[in-house]
Formats: sequence, structure tokens, C-alpha cells
Amino acid sequence: MRKQLMKGNEAIVKSAILAGCRAFYGYPITPASEIAEAAAEYMPRAGGVFLQAESEVAAVNMLYGGASAGVRCMTASSGPGISLMQEGISYMAGAELPCVIADITRGGPGLGNIAAEQSDYHQVVKGGGHGNYRTIVLAPHSVQEMADLTALAFELADRYRNPVVLLADGFIGQMMEPVEFPEQAIEGQTPDWAVTGTAASRPNLITSLFMDVDDLEAHVRHLEQKYRCAEHLEARAEEWQAEGAEIVLVGYGIVGRILKAVTAEARAEGINVGVLRPITLYPFPVSHFKRLALRARVFVVVEMSNGQMLEDVRLALDGTRPVEFFSRTGGNVPSHEQVLDLVRNLAKRYSIAPITEPAINIDEERMANV
Amino acid sequence: MSSEQFSEYTVVHGRAKSFYERYDRKPELQHQTHFCPGCGHGIVHKLLARAIDELGIQDRTILVGPVGCSVFTYYYFDVGNVQAAHGRCPAVATAMKRSRPAGIVIGYQGDGDLSAIGSAEILHAANRGENITIIFVNNAIYSMTGGQAAPTTLLGQTSTTTPEGRSATTEGYPLHVSELLATLQGPVYIERVGLGDNKQIAQANRAIHRAVENQVKGLGFSLIEVLSPCPTIWKMSAVDSQHWVRDVMEKTYPLGVFCDRTKEAQPRRLPPEPPSLEAIPAILDIVNDDSAEASSAANKATKPIDLHVRVAGFGGQGVLLLGEVLAEAGLEAGLEVSWLPSYGPEMRSGTSNCHVRLSDETIDSPLVTAPNILVAMNEPSLRKFDKSVRPGGWIIYNGETFPTDCVRNDVHVLALPFTQIAHELGSARAGNMVMLGALLEVANGLPQSSIDAALRRLVRNTKWFELDELALSRGRELFRESFQEV
Repeated sequence: MRKQLMKGNEAIVKSAILAGCRAFYGYPITPASEIAEAAAEYMPRAGGVFLQAESEVAAVNMLYGGASAGVRCMTASSGPGISLMQEGISYMAGAELPCVIADITRGGPGLGNIAAEQSDYHQVVKGGGHGNYRTIVLAPHSVQEMADLTALAFELADRYRNPVVLLADGFIGQMMEPVEFPEQAIEGQTPDWAVTGTAASRPNLITSLFMDVDDLEAHVRHLEQKYRCAEHLEARAEEWQAEGAEIVLVGYGIVGRILKAVTAEARAEGINVGVLRPITLYPFPVSHFKRLALRARVFVVVEMSNGQMLEDVRLALDGTRPVEFFSRTGGNVPSHEQVLDLVRNLAKRYSIAPITEPAINIDEERMANV
Repeated sequence: MSSEQFSEYTVVHGRAKSFYERYDRKPELQHQTHFCPGCGHGIVHKLLARAIDELGIQDRTILVGPVGCSVFTYYYFDVGNVQAAHGRCPAVATAMKRSRPAGIVIGYQGDGDLSAIGSAEILHAANRGENITIIFVNNAIYSMTGGQAAPTTLLGQTSTTTPEGRSATTEGYPLHVSELLATLQGPVYIERVGLGDNKQIAQANRAIHRAVENQVKGLGFSLIEVLSPCPTIWKMSAVDSQHWVRDVMEKTYPLGVFCDRTKEAQPRRLPPEPPSLEAIPAILDIVNDDSAEASSAANKATKPIDLHVRVAGFGGQGVLLLGEVLAEAGLEAGLEVSWLPSYGPEMRSGTSNCHVRLSDETIDSPLVTAPNILVAMNEPSLRKFDKSVRPGGWIIYNGETFPTDCVRNDVHVLALPFTQIAHELGSARAGNMVMLGALLEVANGLPQSSIDAALRRLVRNTKWFELDELALSRGRELFRESFQEV
């Protein structure tokens, strides 16, 4: 299939429909509205449902209904809208309903602005709703990943019967890049637990209510087990020239792209630097951090927030390596030059030896045990 | 009485088939339901179960339960059951019906659930005329949480949050949901009934049956409001509370039909069969390899290219299209490309800019902070970005004279009145393509055929396509002329 130039927001919808998504419920908000607009155009043609809800609260509860009926369904929103959806996300996690939510992050708190930020990390990755639950969070950094991770999101949502969030920003959403889709569309299978208005599904019940304390504890433990399982199996990250790097730059989404550009330039200057880009924010790719920490002297987290993923990086490294932090907020983007300067300074401060050989000298056996 | 005598009875009104035979509860509670003696929910449950039985839709029924006293509908109704968040039942029901139109989706809500926290959801589901049925049990108070005031609480009625009685000045007036929803054009049937005496219950029975039947016939949104006793919270006996429904509640909430469009309503049909999976990629405008639009080898770039382009100007000057044609041509030429627009408030304030990257190698960052080509379509854009241009780079400026204070001796400048030139060609709107023509001469490596293909894809109107092609070649000429003179 020929690659086509396409906006990230449009790629999400096309990939979703190819992945068997047949219902979209949303509410307009910049910079996510194009997703709803593309869904309005394509979903009915594909035999699916598109409905613009009266609020994000209604939209997420429509997802609850669609998912209860066993249909692959999704919504898209941004910061303030995701805040309103938290109630429904908690209910869906509690009732074990799959769905995909795209969060094209904007500036906050409050009305903030509509420029790109990464300040929804906490509310999405840590779960902004009530109760003991997690959402699986995927962070694309290109239009191709917008497509690929959307398809993966539906797969994971069904596998874990849990909401999956695609956490992107206005840049990735608005950007056009070449994208390639799978040639075959998938049909979403109706799960046997769904309530579909048929004799076979009549005994089914969708609920997050467990009145008895022991019943609820058992349910919470069951959910926890799924999350442990996802932590073992689903953590993903991209390592970019990170093998043997002494300075490891850490960033997700658009920041990951900037860090790659910085790396190319810094390495040209002989600084031994690489990038670790988390693709899943929950489960967090802890093992990548532990492995790179064997060689790295320092990790540098770059975020378009006041340091939200930073906390997870510190937890992953557990004090074994220093963690530096560079932050821009309000819609400002960490510039290439700023990050490059920081890398140069750190190379001096940590007396990082210039790259000579592509020598990577790691104890293989030790690595295997990480 | 002996057992033989029993067998002579014929059961006229037995347990509805749509109820479970056993309500499975903890052993110590097995002998009772969740409801207090004299509560109206038991009666409404029975009427609804009977309607499901009579219409023969038990297998098709999806019951969406609320938060409140009737949260446990799934303990009693042997149908597909879904528990919704507080007040959200109409949103959940909407989606279930949309995706499973053959199912019969019934929402069961109390007055706190529907008229307070869920007021938006019910209003919009009704206004959309969703083909669902809502049973709205109104007992003028929050019962499950212990007797707080609801929007439906009567004036003067005491509750734990209106200890002196509801006052219109501080709590407003009792909310007349049925009357309110009946002002909308969406619903087909809205009736308020009561459980105040047997005659009222008989009417409630007919109304609930009709409301469900309307959905079976595909007629649209029906809502039945049921005035229902709550002896425990009202602190009355079962008998007194039933009388209170009839003698007191009914004065605020008169019974009757508020909307009935069942005669005019056109039955909805089930949606057509969805397209086959094979048809989906084409529906999504995903282009296949063997299509005529596939790029040919002749379009491939002829030499290494690494462009970092920033295009800026007023909205309406074609800033984004210029960038898009360039990116599309790059893709056609087999390069890696990215195109990133400025968006949001910038779009509305009248200025516009975009970042374009074309490269033989994977594009790391799509952000162009240090362009090697700046296309400035007006002076403010020039002043905004001129300092960022890399040494050795180019500035293509839309203006007769280049501002003297912007002159740098480490960048090349091509300053021409591109808009004016385009105007002479046929339309000032093609100024962007004249500038693109000049840019292509600078970039020098993208075959004209890749540009043609890109332009054909993006500019469908033949007249504009021809003008744009003309403008492009004029731009190329102008560049050559300008730098021959140097």
C-alpha cells in the first residue's frame, strides 16, 4: 500500500475503523476536534455510529454503553474534556469494559490554552478517576505511530478489558507525515460477556458495583492481577543510539523527536548520548531504564510539563542514577538548542569521555538478569 | 386446608416470566427484596416485567439500571442488564440502542438520578428522539442516600437538606420533568402516572406497556414518569404514603399525557447491512498500490536533499498549501517528509505558518527552528523568523524591497513582489506558487513530475491547477533571471 500524507488526527480514525472500531462518541475541543470530524465523515460510511454528545460526561458514558454492547468504540478529547471523562473511565475500568480514548493534550490547568503541552500525564497515566484502577497509556511520536498504536490500543483494550488511552499532543495530531495502513480491515469480535439484546447474552451483567466488602476486594485484586500481567508483557520503549550511551535523554511524544535531533548533533560533537523514548507510559518501561543504567552516568528527562513523567523515571531508576530535568510549559516547546546546551554542560559536569570506538562493553550475563 | 384444595386454584396473576425465579441474596436476606414495605419500586418493577412478558421481548431487552434505590434491577429482571453511573443512563442507553438497534433498551431512573445529576443526559436523549424507553420513578426525594432534597421535592416538604421545608427562594421550584421534555420535538410519548390507588396503578400499567411497545414498533423516545411512594423516607405508613401520592404529590405533579406523537411517528427501520471488510480501505480513501496515482520512478529525487523550510504569511495567502505541495512532492520523490502547521489562535489572528522537512533520511524532529529556507509572505513574518535562518540559507521574501535592517550578509535573499506577479498571471492568490517555484530552484533536486503529481492531488480544480502550474514555472524563471543578473 502506498504511503499517504496525512494528519495524525485523521490517521487515528482511519486506523481505528480498520481495527474494527464501529462507534465514535465525542465532544468538540481544540486540538482534538479533527478526530471527531474525521469520524463523522468515515464512521457512518463504514457502517458504524458517530454521535456528537452533549458533553464529555455523556460521551464517555456512551462509550460505556457501546462497550457494554460489545462494540469496539472510541472517543477523543483534550485536557479539560479528559478531566470530565474521568468518572466514566473509572466506571469502565471497574466494569472491565474496553475502549480507546485519544487525548490530544493542550495547555492547563483550567482553561489553560490550546497549545501543545504534556501536562495530562498525571491525570491519564496515574488515573484521574476514583478507585483502584489503571489505564494503559500509549504515546505516539509520529503519524505512523498514531495509526499503529491506535490499532494496538484496540487490541490491548480487548485483551485486558480495560480503557486504553492514546496520549498525544497537538503537534502529532496536526502534523502531516507519510503513513501506511494494514491492507486488511479487521472485524471486531463481539465478546461473550457483552449485553447485546439476544437470548445468548441475556444472562450477562455489566456492573462495577460490589456491595460486599470481600467481593469488592476480590474484584480489586483481580484488576490488579491484570495490571501486573500488562506490566510484564506490554511495556514498550524505543532506544535511539542508547546502547552504551553515558547520557540518556528521556522524552515521549513530540519531545522524543526533538531529542533524536539533539542526539544526532551531540554525537557529531563526540558526546556519548542516546534517547530512551517510552512508548507505553503505563505500563512504564522500567526494564529499559534499569538496563541502560548499567552504562549511563546520568538520565535527562525533557518534558512539556512541570515534571510529571519525571516521577516515574525516578521510580524506575530507584536512586541508582542522577536524573536531570528540563521543562517547558504553557505551550512552549523545548528547543533543540536549549537541550543541546544542556547536554554539552552535562558532558562537562560529568566528565563524559568523547566517543572514540563504538565500544559497548557490558557484561552480557548481568544484562540478561535485568 | 388440604393440598387437594390448593390445586383447584388457577393462577391468574403469577410472577412475571421476566423476573428471576429466585432473587439471589445473602442467606439472611433471602426472604426479602431490597425494597421497604410499601415502596413503589416493587409495583413499577412488576408493571415493567409484565410489559416485557406481554410484548414477548425478554431475550431482546437490555435494562440499564441507575444509581439510587433501584440500583439492583439486575437482581430481579431476567434480561440483559447494565449498571450505569449516576444519572448517565440515557447516554449509556443511547449508545446501546445505536449499536444494537434490534435490542429493546429500557432505562430505569429515579428522580435524583434523572432530574438532578442526569438532567443533561435525559434532555438530550429526549431531544435526539432516541428510540429508547425511560421509566422515571419520582418519589420527590433522595431515598437511597437517606432523604436529601431533590429537584422534585415539593415546596414546604422537609428533607435532611431542607430541614425547614423546601423554599422556592433558596431551593427553587419542583422540577416538572414531563412537562419540560414535552416541549421538545424529539419525544413521541410522555405520560405521568401515579401509584396512589389501584385505578392509578392500572393506568400506570397501560402507560408502561405503551412506552415499551412504542420502542418495539420503532416509534422513538418514550418516557413514563411514575409518582411513587417512599414510606421510609417520608416517615409515613405504607397506606398513608400511598394516599400522599394521590392527595398531595398529584397537586404539584398532575397526571396525564403530555406528549403523544405515536400516530404521526414513522417507524424506524433497521440500518442497512454494513459494507464488507474488503470495502473498508476504499471507504477510508486509502490508496492502493495499483492505483493510477501511485508514484513512478521518474518522480524520484535526483540528488541528496535535506530541507528545513519555514513558510509564513497572512491567512489566505496559501501558506499551508505551499508547504503541503512541497511535502507531497517530497513524498512523491521518495523522500521522508513532514509538514507541521501552526494551529489554534494563530490561525484565527490572521497569521499562519508551517514547518516542512524533506530529507533522504528519517526525519528526527518535524519542528523547524532553524530553517535553511524561509518563505516570508509578508513583512511581519520576515521579522518574526529572519534571525532563525541558518547561515548559508535562503530567504524568499514577498516584497519589492528587502527591509534594510533585516539584511544579513550570511544568507541569500530573493525579494520580489510575488503577489503582484501572480496577479499579472491571472490571480494574486497564486502568489504562493510563484514563491514555491523559486524555492524549487533553490532546493534543486525535486523533479518537476513530482511537483505535478503533488499539485494534481491537492488542487482538484482544473482552472486553478493550470494557473498554479503557470505560477510555478514563472517562479522558477524569476529565480534564474534574478541570479543571472548577480
